Amino acid sequence: MAEKTITIQATRFDPDKDARPHLQSYEIPFIDESMVVLDALNYIKTHVDGSLSYRWSCRMGICGSCGMMINGQSKLSCSAFLRDYWPKPILVEPLNNFPIIRDLVIDMEDFMHKLKSIKPWIIRKTEIPLGSGEHRQTNAQIDDFRQFSECINCMLCYSACPVYGLNNEFRGPAAIALARRYNHDSRDEGTKERLPVIADAEGVWECSFVGECSVVCPKGVDPAKAIQQSKLDTSLRFVVPFGNRE
Amino acid sequence: MGSEFASYDILIVGGGLAGLRAAIAAVEANPKIKVGMVSKVYPMRSHTVSAEGGAAAALRPGDSYENHAFDTIKGSDYLADQDVVEAFVREAPVEVIQMEHWGCPWSREPDGKISARPFGGMTTWRTCFAADKTGFHMLHTVFQTSLKYPQIVRHDEAFVTKLLVEDSRCVGVVALDIRTGRFDAITAKAVILATGGLGRVYAFTTNGNICTGDGMAVAYRAGAGLKDMEMVQFHPTGLPFTGILITEAVRGEGGYLLNNKGERFLKKYVPNKMELGPRDIISRAMITEFEEGHGFEGPHGKYLHLDVRHLGEDVIDRKLPFMRELGREFVGIDIVKDPIPVRPVQHYMMGGVDVDITGASQIEGLYAAGECANVGLNGANRLGSNSLSECLVFGAAAGRAAAHRVAELQPVGSNPIDSLLRDEAKRIEATYLNKKGGKERMGVIREEMQREMDANAGVFRNRDGLTKLVKDLAVLRERFETIKIDDTSRTFNTDLISALELDYMLEVAGTIAASALAREESRGAHARRDFPNRNDEKFLQHTVAFRTDGPAPRLDYRDVRITTFQPQARTY
Repeated sequence: MAEKTITIQATRFDPDKDARPHLQSYEIPFIDESMVVLDALNYIKTHVDGSLSYRWSCRMGICGSCGMMINGQSKLSCSAFLRDYWPKPILVEPLNNFPIIRDLVIDMEDFMHKLKSIKPWIIRKTEIPLGSGEHRQTNAQIDDFRQFSECINCMLCYSACPVYGLNNEFRGPAAIALARRYNHDSRDEGTKERLPVIADAEGVWECSFVGECSVVCPKGVDPAKAIQQSKLDTSLRFVVPFGNRE
Repeated sequence: MGSEFASYDILIVGGGLAGLRAAIAAVEANPKIKVGMVSKVYPMRSHTVSAEGGAAAALRPGDSYENHAFDTIKGSDYLADQDVVEAFVREAPVEVIQMEHWGCPWSREPDGKISARPFGGMTTWRTCFAADKTGFHMLHTVFQTSLKYPQIVRHDEAFVTKLLVEDSRCVGVVALDIRTGRFDAITAKAVILATGGLGRVYAFTTNGNICTGDGMAVAYRAGAGLKDMEMVQFHPTGLPFTGILITEAVRGEGGYLLNNKGERFLKKYVPNKMELGPRDIISRAMITEFEEGHGFEGPHGKYLHLDVRHLGEDVIDRKLPFMRELGREFVGIDIVKDPIPVRPVQHYMMGGVDVDITGASQIEGLYAAGECANVGLNGANRLGSNSLSECLVFGAAAGRAAAHRVAELQPVGSNPIDSLLRDEAKRIEATYLNKKGGKERMGVIREEMQREMDANAGVFRNRDGLTKLVKDLAVLRERFETIKIDDTSRTFNTDLISALELDYMLEVAGTIAASALAREESRGAHARRDFPNRNDEKFLQHTVAFRTDGPAPRLDYRDVRITTFQPQARTY
């Protein structure tokens, strides 16, 4: 019997040479049922065409590097199994809504700025000294923010967000979820500093609640919920009298 | 090429836990200091992200520094430097609390304090954890915290091709900006290497694609020693095929290791510790079970069972949720109902850049911390959960030491840097991008190196295998000189990066082979079939490898520093 193969159609784009992206097709051996799309790309790079460019590292769904559009859906390529697509060809493209640097590599500098803009660190009026030990935190208090701390910054939510696609000024799902992660941490007192950022013109109010961000999240984070709850927080802020704002 | 280049007081290479902790420690020690950070990936992609089980610290009542120190030293098979261990165990609790203040979502006890769990080789519960994604949470916590310091300036996705050394002093690096293909000199009064491990020299490893020994290789080429490179840790429980790590916390929480007869076979090997024995001994036990016909046969080789079914869904979902997710995603099993197939897998490098307790190497201005360094903490076998704490304690130590040192050092002059940069850019262009001829496929050489390392520098070693490995690596090095890379673009050329990484990996693999061949005893993770016993008379010593012009390194030996605990037989 002939060796089983699968066809990968990958976006190619080298700004030094190409006016626009195009597709290139590779037929590769599909020798193991455990193979994922990332394995197929690595096979191509090692044995067929070393110039195919993409990011990857942990290949266990935690480093967040290998997000791509796979047959039009936002996925981590390390977690997309060839067996779920075979015998049809698999279309592999860079994540939607981002500028392309090269082939499957997107430019995510915009997110890095947005991440910083929401002040993703613990803000306190007074620091407690290290010598006095840890803050006590109950499991219920952790449950209040835990899921939002699971974000791996993989950018799948941005690639699925129709609002971000139209207006990349929108702060976007992951950044707002992370703002909520800190706002709801019992150790944090920085909500007042973060609210103006998520309540401004490009903050939560842009969201039209399509909810695709939560659908594509590989880590079970629900950014759509974070955005809706933050809308409530920001509106309360304008209702509550000045002196009581926190 | 102009003489404009970025210049810092301290330049940190690597944006994982050790590098980020060093950066924050440096600016907290002296807020006027300017810190640069070069990382070949965005910091949150660093391999710290894959650490699962936890970070060790003697925090609980009833625990003591002395107990943590003794466990670590015994775990190291007495190759740890005891003064380093003693300093480490005192600082680890402070660092875990510091992480808590920065927002790390540690799992908690009912009273709200940080939880701890049992771990291999530890005599009490001292492994603090954030479910089973401890490294992920620590990395994101410390990275996000680093964003609040304007003094820390990052160069993300830049690859260091060499250290700049002038008059025996390290004064910066040459870095390739991956996005543009531009070569930059980045100067600093001190450089801290925090580039992580080298697991990718092996085929079967838990390590991510980025773990290619970069910092060790550039330091070695600059004249620094690499210490105890024969000491490579194999974790008992990797998933077959992918090598994905199944955390030791699975056993810490009560999971069983079973052979094909359904026996908890560790009763034959570590009867008093069972599943909580140290990694080196359990990995050897598993290989022995395979050899005796007690393994399962699968499509990806032999394996054993790791069984958590008796723990129940509640415990699994609360304490091991990521393991359940990994089982579902990558094996197609539910660990609540099915045993997990596992086999030993390369996981960690005890060896690394020879540094003192402050992280300083023997080259002025060059420091190292975390997995790429060997400060003397782990000896011949690291205990699980000591490495995250090591990144914090010795990352911070290196950051502080460098901050104090740079106050005394003159700024770096720009004059020779220009020519060093030009020469380095020319070298890489001539060797890779503009190479005429060339025939070998790089990926083929990489795969052969990885197979050779798996076969001959694995859990068990012997003279014949290691001798063959030394020779084969030399041949692979010659073949590497004739490679042809497919990609000549300037923009995000990952083919070039892979070639530079393979160059580094061949370099560090050579030190592993040579150091392992010369250590004619069995100690910790270094198990020689032809020398099955520990030999304290001859080898209670660190191996330090130095680069020579020939194919083999020069090996020096240095006595282990023993303060409190005299070496004894290591039984569990």
